[in-house]
Formats: sequence, structure tokens, C-alpha cells
Amino acid sequence: MSGVPVVEVRGVAPRFGSLVLHEALDLEIETGEVVALVGGSGSGKTTLLREIIMLHRPSAGAIHLFGEDVVGIGEAAAQRLRRRFGVLFQMGALFSSLSVLENVIVPLREHTDLPPRQLAEIAALKMALAGLPANAADKLPRQLSGGMIKRASMARALALDPELLFLDEPTAGLDPISAGALDELVLQLRESLGLTVVMVTHDLDSLWRTTDRVAFLGERRVVGFAPMGELVRDPHPLIRDYFDSPRARAAASAYRKT
Amino acid sequence: MPHDQPTKLTALLRVDGPVARCDGNWTLHGIEGLARGWAAQRSVAAQVRAIDGSAIHALDTAGALLLLQLESAAGGRVDWEGFAPEDAALVELVRERRAAAGEPPPPTPPEGALARLGRLALERFEEMTGFLAFLGEAAMAMLRLLANPRRLRGRALLKGIEEAGANAMPIVGLLTFLIGVVTAYQGGQLLKTYGANIFIVDMVALTMVREMAPLIVAIIVAGRTGSAYTAQIGTMQVTEEIDALRTIGIQPMELLVLPKVVALLVALPLLTLFADVLSVMGGMLVARTLLDIGFVDFVERIPAVLSWRSLLVGVGKAPIFAVIIALVGCYQGFQVRGGADSVGRQTTVSVVQSIFLVIIVDAILVINFGSWGLR
Repeated sequence: MSGVPVVEVRGVAPRFGSLVLHEALDLEIETGEVVALVGGSGSGKTTLLREIIMLHRPSAGAIHLFGEDVVGIGEAAAQRLRRRFGVLFQMGALFSSLSVLENVIVPLREHTDLPPRQLAEIAALKMALAGLPANAADKLPRQLSGGMIKRASMARALALDPELLFLDEPTAGLDPISAGALDELVLQLRESLGLTVVMVTHDLDSLWRTTDRVAFLGERRVVGFAPMGELVRDPHPLIRDYFDSPRARAAASAYRKT
Repeated sequence: MPHDQPTKLTALLRVDGPVARCDGNWTLHGIEGLARGWAAQRSVAAQVRAIDGSAIHALDTAGALLLLQLESAAGGRVDWEGFAPEDAALVELVRERRAAAGEPPPPTPPEGALARLGRLALERFEEMTGFLAFLGEAAMAMLRLLANPRRLRGRALLKGIEEAGANAMPIVGLLTFLIGVVTAYQGGQLLKTYGANIFIVDMVALTMVREMAPLIVAIIVAGRTGSAYTAQIGTMQVTEEIDALRTIGIQPMELLVLPKVVALLVALPLLTLFADVLSVMGGMLVARTLLDIGFVDFVERIPAVLSWRSLLVGVGKAPIFAVIIALVGCYQGFQVRGGADSVGRQTTVSVVQSIFLVIIVDAILVINFGSWGLR
């Protein structure tokens, strides 16, 4: 599959009423990359993510997933594509009436024809991969802490062994230890499963630690798309402002040393 | 490695004496056939001493899991031969993670019949005391409101009356009209055989105004408005809006419950009067077409059979029903714990309980009206 970008966005311009969020936005993500989308609040990061995962149709432009156009895609083809990526939603979006194990089984049961025992075994393995203890299997989402919810949601996103993982603010609302563990998990999964990861995040530690490249959204387009070390030196005023806060400088100096 | 292309190659397993040779795509979709036939393979697997992975085309975590299951079926000690380095690493990762997660806890034993009875009784008792506490709290808030009526939020109240009252008029009107038609039709057949046609007026007016109209209106409003109250407050509970109100210093009782109670106290009697008129009109229509009693004759007889007292007995039940519906709806909203499924469950409970209580209270009232001389 080398050569064809996993995600390719060309000239996308979503509209909410008369509000145009992007105009002619371009983005290309290669196999095995960890890419973050950053930008100020309201710059349309989450909207772009929702367009790529076929929840929202852009009013102009083209989006290709694994080389396939998703804008005019038919339902059967869309279903085939959905098997190949997993999504971690910002609030977890676990089904509140199902236990953690059942949550992970849902996509497996929908897309495969395996016996129930094996479904449960695979789901338990996904929980283990996401770093959940086995005794969390029977818990309901409301009995979980924030970090556990993210991990359970990660286990569900990994259920179908996706090649591509979308993470919407994976570390938001987590304590530093859980956030660090989640970053570690992303790196490990990429290492061992060869995943391509696309995440929306504000977490500077995650940006430095996990990403290969970072796309900066602003002025209704991608104003910079480079590894963190280069992006922070970008003279564009929006990017400079974003990375010129004391917090950003502290994170930068911490990771430059290592 | 993740599958390169979703090819149709399935996973194959050939047991060759002590060597299990794996072939094809050991991926989530590739292993479907193999996993279904797994039980049959188990006995064969016991003699396996080595797993040969040199022919594996693609391996993912589901395939690695199946390989590890094969290993444990073989007794745990096998040689892994011919695996590509990345496949071997994946198998090791899966093995390591499964070990780290530990054993799943033993399933909890099912509850005995006696324990279940006790738990249900305790739950009912707690629910009852909880509702009584809520009732008391609401009554205190209502008293404070009466002492200082300007604290009532006027706009919220008017909006509530519009939503629960005016917007319910079409459905209430249509349904009670039809019930008037049905009652007159059923009773009219019988009266006709005795030539007592004119008594249709007594029957329709009394049944509708004293009993049916208040009850039907209360049931419709419980389903339409009581459920909405539960869902609204329940969702606010889930999103922590109720807690936010408390920390800001606004009593949820004052902001969310009292306007609803007062709105229904106004709307329900008015809806009941409206239903009285519509249901009697339904009866009139049948009386004219079936029993040859003209509209004028019908209306002229009404004052003779329907006393003011009867009208007040009917309409007077409406405020009582209003309080039941509003309080049960709000109380069940506050009982929501957790997420979306809890909102749905409490909404169901809210409608069932308020209709149940309305009918029970109605029965108690009807029996007591007799002894209070309100016949």
C-alpha cells in the first residue's frame, strides 16, 4: 500500500450555515505516521476529524481514506472502510447500558462471524492491550474513572485490529500519570501493530512525545505541517502565538534536552 | 503486521504429527472459519509440540490470540518455528499483555429467591421514603414561595403552562371527543331498546364530566408532560447541571420543580374543562345520529342532570392529579444515576407510577365522595 497516503484531504470546505470553517484545506498522512491536528479553539479540528471518519459531509473538496473517496461513497463501501479504522471519542462514548467487555464486543459482533466464546476472548485481549485489568470486564461505564473510560474506549477502537486510529483529545481531562500512560500506549501500539494514528490534541507533552508530524489549523487552512521541532520555529504569527506561552516553552525545553 | 490488503485468504491449520503448520491470513476475518471449527480441532491440538509460522501471510492480534490458544491446548510447551520477527514480536506482545491483565474474576453466584425478595422490598421501601422526603421538601419550598410569590419565575411558568396545557389541546380534544362518541354509542344501543333515549344525556354528561374527562386528561398529561419532566431533569442530572445549580446557590426545587407543579396546577383543570366540553359534544353527535335527540334537546337537559357540584367534583380532581404527575415526574428525574439508559428507565418508571397513582387516588376519592355526601 506504500505510496498511497492513508488519509488524503484536498480542498475541503465545510460550512455551518454561513460560517465557513476551512477553505481549501489540504492534508496528507502516510502509513505508520502519528499525526496530530492542533490549532486554536474553533479552528475546526474536530470538524475535520468528523469529516474524515464520515460523520459529517464536507460541502466541497475531496477526502480519501486508504485511497478511496469518502465524499460520494456508497453504504457498502463505507461499511468496508469502517472496519479498517477505529475512533476514540473525546468523552469515551461508551454505551452506557453495556459492560466494558460488551462494549468491546459490539464492533466485533457487527463485523465478524466468530463464535461468542472467541468474541469474548478477543475482547478481553483488546482490554489487555489497552491496559485494562481483567476485573474491569464486567464494570459499567459509569463505574469507571476518567482514565479507565479512555482505556475502555481505546479497547473498543482497537477491536477490529484497525490500520488507522483516530483519537479525539485522548489525554484531555486525565491526570498527568494517566495521560503519560496513554501516550505510552499510543507509541507502543504504533510500534507493535504498525498503526497509523491521527489525533486532535492540545496536550503539549503528547505533541512532543508521540507525534511524527503536527498539522496546525488556522485561517481556514493548514498553516503548518511539520515535526514539532520544526513547527515551533515556524514564523507564522498564529503558530508563534500558540507555542510561545510559558507552558509551551517549558514543554519544548524539557523535550529538547532528551 | 496488519493485513496488507483485505484479501480473501483464510487462516489454515494443518497438524502434521507433532508440528502444526499455519498458512494464510491469521487475521480477524481470516480466522472466522478456524475459530468456528475450534472445538473439533482441540483433541488434535493436544499432540502438537511445535507451531510452524513460516507460511503465515498476515497476522494480527486476533490471529496471535488463536495461536496462543493453540499453544495452551497443546499443553503449554511448544516450539515456535519459522515466524517472521515482527510476527513473533506480536505474539509476545499479546502474551505479555494477557498475562499483565490477570485472570478475570469468578462470576458472581446468581441471587437466591429470598435475597431477591428482600432486595426488591428494600428498594421499594427506600423509593417510598425517598418520595415522601421529596414531597415534604416540595411542600416546604411551596410554602416559602407562597410567603414570597415574587420568587416564582414568571416566564418559566407561562412557558410551562403553554407547553403542558395549550399544546396538549389538540390531542386531548380529539381523544376525549372520541371517548364521548364511544360511550354514547355503547350506552345508546341499550337505552334505545327500552325507549329511554333521552337518558343518554344523563349518562354521557355524568360519566364524562365526573369521571372520564379528568382521568383521561391526567393519563394523557402523565404520558406527554410527566415523561418530559423526568427526561429533562434526568438529563440535567447526567450532565451535572443540577450540581452546578446547587453550587451557584439556586435550589433545583425552586427553579425546576415548583414552576412545573404550578404550571400543571393551572393547566390540568383547564384541560379538564376543555375535555368535558369536547366529550359531551361527542356524545351529542351520537345522540342525534343514532337516537334522534337534537342538539337543542340535549343541551336543554344538561342543567337538569349535571349539577354544579358534579362539575366541581370532576374538575376538582384535576389539581390533585396535577400535583401527582408533576412531583412523580420530577422525583424520577432526580433519581437518574449514570447515563442514557438510566434516563430511559426512570422515564418509564415515571409514567407508569404517575398513571398508577392517578387511578388509585381517583378510586379512593370516588369512594370517599359518597361518604362525604358529594354524590
